[in-house]
Parts: sequence; structure tokens; C-alpha cells
Amino acid sequence: MGGRLGFIGQRLVKAVFVILGIIVLNFLLIRLAPGDPALVLAGEAGAADPKFVDDLRREFGLDQPVWRQLMIYMGGILSGDLGFSYRQKAPILDLILQRLPQTILLTGTALAFAIVVGVSLGAMAARRVGSWADSIITTLALLVYAMPQFWLGLMLVLLFGVQLGWLPTFGMNTINSGFTGIDHALDVARHLVLPSLTLGLFFMAVYARLTRASMLEVADLDFVRTGRAKGLAEGRVQRRYILRNALLPVVTYAGLQAGYLVGGSILIETVFAWPGIGRLAFEAVLVRDYNLLLGIFIIASVLVIAFNLLTDILYTVVDPRIELGT
Amino acid sequence: MRDFVRRFGRNKGAVVGAVVLLLVVALALLAPFLFPNDPWEILGPPFRRPGEMGFLLGTDTLGRDVAAGIAHGARVTLLLSLVSTAVALSIGVVLGAVAGYHGGWVDDVVMRFTEFFQTIPNFILLVVLVAIFTPSIASIVVAIGIVSWPPLARIVRGEFLTLRSREFVQAAEVLGQGSPRIIFGEILPNALSPVIVSASLMVATAVLLESALSFLGLGDPNLMSWGYMIGASRTVIRQAWWISFFPGVAIALTVLALNLVGEGLNDALNPRLARKGRA
Repeated sequence: MGGRLGFIGQRLVKAVFVILGIIVLNFLLIRLAPGDPALVLAGEAGAADPKFVDDLRREFGLDQPVWRQLMIYMGGILSGDLGFSYRQKAPILDLILQRLPQTILLTGTALAFAIVVGVSLGAMAARRVGSWADSIITTLALLVYAMPQFWLGLMLVLLFGVQLGWLPTFGMNTINSGFTGIDHALDVARHLVLPSLTLGLFFMAVYARLTRASMLEVADLDFVRTGRAKGLAEGRVQRRYILRNALLPVVTYAGLQAGYLVGGSILIETVFAWPGIGRLAFEAVLVRDYNLLLGIFIIASVLVIAFNLLTDILYTVVDPRIELGT
Repeated sequence: MRDFVRRFGRNKGAVVGAVVLLLVVALALLAPFLFPNDPWEILGPPFRRPGEMGFLLGTDTLGRDVAAGIAHGARVTLLLSLVSTAVALSIGVVLGAVAGYHGGWVDDVVMRFTEFFQTIPNFILLVVLVAIFTPSIASIVVAIGIVSWPPLARIVRGEFLTLRSREFVQAAEVLGQGSPRIIFGEILPNALSPVIVSASLMVATAVLLESALSFLGLGDPNLMSWGYMIGASRTVIRQAWWISFFPGVAIALTVLALNLVGEGLNDALNPRLARKGRA
């Protein structure tokens, strides 16, 4: 057990350093951007207001030496102050926290869909290598893998929203519907289908390919042969021996993919007008509200790092070798 | 070389991919002859359906030729993707080579740095970089390079770790060659196969990243690109599906072709690694 705790502790320390690194990176970006850092932070709208720019200069200590500025900047962010969005007239942290639950709902649903369907499809393909099911799954994965997500989203809007009229394609709930309780939840769920499907399909393709390749690799190993030689039922060999071991790279990958998932939400939330931080980032880009954009970058990074930690912990649960060692 | 062609040719998907890719490259090269007008020029009434009034793929919201946009966009997308891959290659190869060759604390520092870039959400970083440094060919290419190098650095490092203890490297060291010469003259040529394979896959990713940027309005405002065409027409998708449909098909075909070629290269260059089960 001590090994596991030590492992997690080590990861925690690493996570803290990564977060500090991101703050430094943000600081460097502001400094390296062309023009006056205060104007960069103020954004297009804010720059027109000299008082606001002056306030920013004072707040960030822009008249002081660079290392002092870094300390001020770091101290501010670590105490939870991400600055103020002139355009949206609100503290940046508040803006992000308002939108964060929607993004977590979207990315979480997409990830769950991608893992469950992707792993199942990959396992199915691996069990019948060379069959038509394998060919269809492999080809489908290859196609989805090549499509730009934002375009796939638009095509799904055309098909399910416009042509068939089955699903809503805009926002998170029906405007002025007055739904409450279970009706509200169902309404949100209906709005969630297309965006999470679009975001999840790409990762589904990734997991299907990964699971298939990984299962085929594990299936050749000695302990699988031993299992079969012991006379274990094929289903048990597939599930307990092959799939469980083949899932290790999938778990590792899920951690690595978290960043792509959050990044992808910028595109998907823009296509579907989903009110999360991705859409907020797009709005920030449109009005050149860089302070807000950098704040989103920090919070999204923290989110991804937290998720990575979670998969690291999960890894110690899934990996039979780590289990043996403790 | 003959072996290479034979092994590549055995992968049918790779051959199809190579043909599609050649067609896209031909389209890009021939764009000024096929569509001599500026792709931004209004050539007819807006919202013409594909085939109407001689517009093969229809016209967009302003009356610009969609087919011309796709042909000229091919130039932009391919060029930006190739150059940004070159940027990523130079960062990734140098860092990976230095880490793998020197080992020890140098390796530690470089790998922590690489991990850092792998952990942070790279698409958001890309958007932040391009937005802050204002969208232009240079900022887009450099930014895509900056977010794409880490996997390559890992691959190159791995190759260098195994190759550095080989006799030919020891021989070069005994002969007194300097590290840059050993790294780039002796080891790198032996580590090229996996680099070539991942470079081809990186071009595919770069196409997707570049398209996503211009879709969000972060492309170079002077260049017609596939992502821009989709982004600019997405609000009218209900009335005019073709304006966003065809550029998307172009992106998907190009990325698919590049991925297939990458797999074919992998089979041809790393025959020992080409397993029966790779999807």
C-alpha cells in the first residue's frame, strides 16, 4: 500500500510543478506578445479605456523588474485571481466557473461513450481478425480518425437536426420551455446527444484501434497460452486475461487524451453553441479578450492535470503487476 | 529501394492513399491554371447549387466559386502543414537526440520539458499562441510546430538510447568526433525510419490543426483555406450545405491519405515492427 501512496505522492508533486510551469508560460506569452503587455491583457475593447489599462499596469506591477512581475502574477493566480474581463465585465474566474460544469458534462459524456463503445468495438474486431466485422470496424475507425471534428459536427447537424429533425442542434436546453425536474434533465440530455457524439466519435476511433492492436499483442503472450492450456473457457480467457491486460495502454491513453478532449471542446461547443468554457474561449478569441483566454488555458490545464492524476491512480488499480507488487 | 517499393505496394491502403495524395498535390500545383481567378473573387450570384451555371461545386454566400476555393485552399493547407511539420521535426529531433545521446541529467531535463508540453491541452495552447501573436503564416506554422513536437522527441530519444551503445558510435567517439557530428552524422541517419513514419502522420495532424484554426477564424486572413471555408459558411448550412460539405471532404480525404501512406511507410521501413494486428 505504501508503494501506491508513494507513487501517487510523486505524481502530485509533479502536477504542482506542471501547474507552476503553465503559469510561467502564460507570463512569458504576455511578455513576448507584440506590443504593451497591459494592452495585450486589456484586449481590443479594454484597450480603449485608459483607466482600465492603467489599473492593469499597476495590478501587474508593469513598472517593476521582470522577476518581480512574475512573482506578482504568480501570487495573483495562485490566490485564485485570474484578473478581470473588460469585455464581459466580470472576474475571469467567475466566468469560467459558471461555464465549467457544462464542459465537464460534455467531455465526460463524450469520454465515457468513446471508451465504452471504442473498447467494445476494438475487442469485437480483435476476436474475429479478418472477418467482415473487423473490416467494417477498422475502416470506420480510419474514416472517423481522418474527419475534422467540427465538420463532422456540422454534418451531424445536417443529418439529425435538419433532415430528420430528431435532435436539437443548438444550445443546452430549449429556450423558454419552463422545464423543471426530470423534464429539464431529459431536455438537457437530448441537447447533449449530438455534441457529445461528435466529440466522442474521434476518441472512439482511437480507442477501438488501440484496443484491437493491444489485444492482438497480448493474445500472443505466454500466460494466455497457459490459461488456455489450463482449460479455461474462451470467454474467461478473453475477458480476464487478454482484455484486462490490453486495457493498460487504453487507460494510459485516456489520460493523455484528456488535453485533446478539452481542446476539442472549443470546436464542438462553437459548432453546437454549447455554453461551456470552449465556447467562452471562442468568444474570447472573437473579441480579442486575451486575459480571459489565458485564464481558460490555466483552468483547462488544471482540469487536465487533475484528470491525469486520476488515471494514474486508476492505473494502479487496473494493472495486475502493480497489484502484485503491493 | 526495390524492397521498399515492394513492401509499400503490398499494403493496398497505402497505395490508394499515395494516389489520393498525389491527386491533392496535383490539384494544389495546378490550381492557378485550373482556376486562374483569385479564389476570393466574386464570379457569380451567391448560393448557386453544385452544377448550376457551370460551377462544379456551387458558389458560396458571396458568389465565390467553391471549387476554386478548394483548389487554392489545397495549396495553403498543404504548404502550412508541411512547413509546420518541418518546424516540429527540427524541435523534436534535436531535443530527442540530445536527450537520448547524453542521457543522465540532460535526458531528465529534456524529458520533463517534453512531458510538460504533452500534458498541457495542446489545442488550447495553439489557439492562445496564434491569437496572441496575431494570425499569420509565420505564427500559425510556428505554433503548430510548438504543439506537435513532443511525440517525435520521445521516438528519437528512444532510438538514440539503443543506438548510442553500438560499436559504430563507440568507434566515432574513439576517433574523436564531436557530439554534434556523432549525433547528426552517425546516429541520426540510422534512426530515420521511425522519424519519417511519424513525420508523415504529423503532416496529417497538422492539416487538421490548421483547418481547425482557420475554422475558428484564426487563419491568415489573406489566405483561402479549407477550414476558413467551413467556418465562414457554417451559419448558412441549412440553406447551403455544399459550401461547408466539400471543403470538409477535401480535408478528410487528405488526412486519410496521409494516414494510409504513413502506415504503408511503417510497413515498408520497419518490416520487423509491422505486426499482423495493426489496425
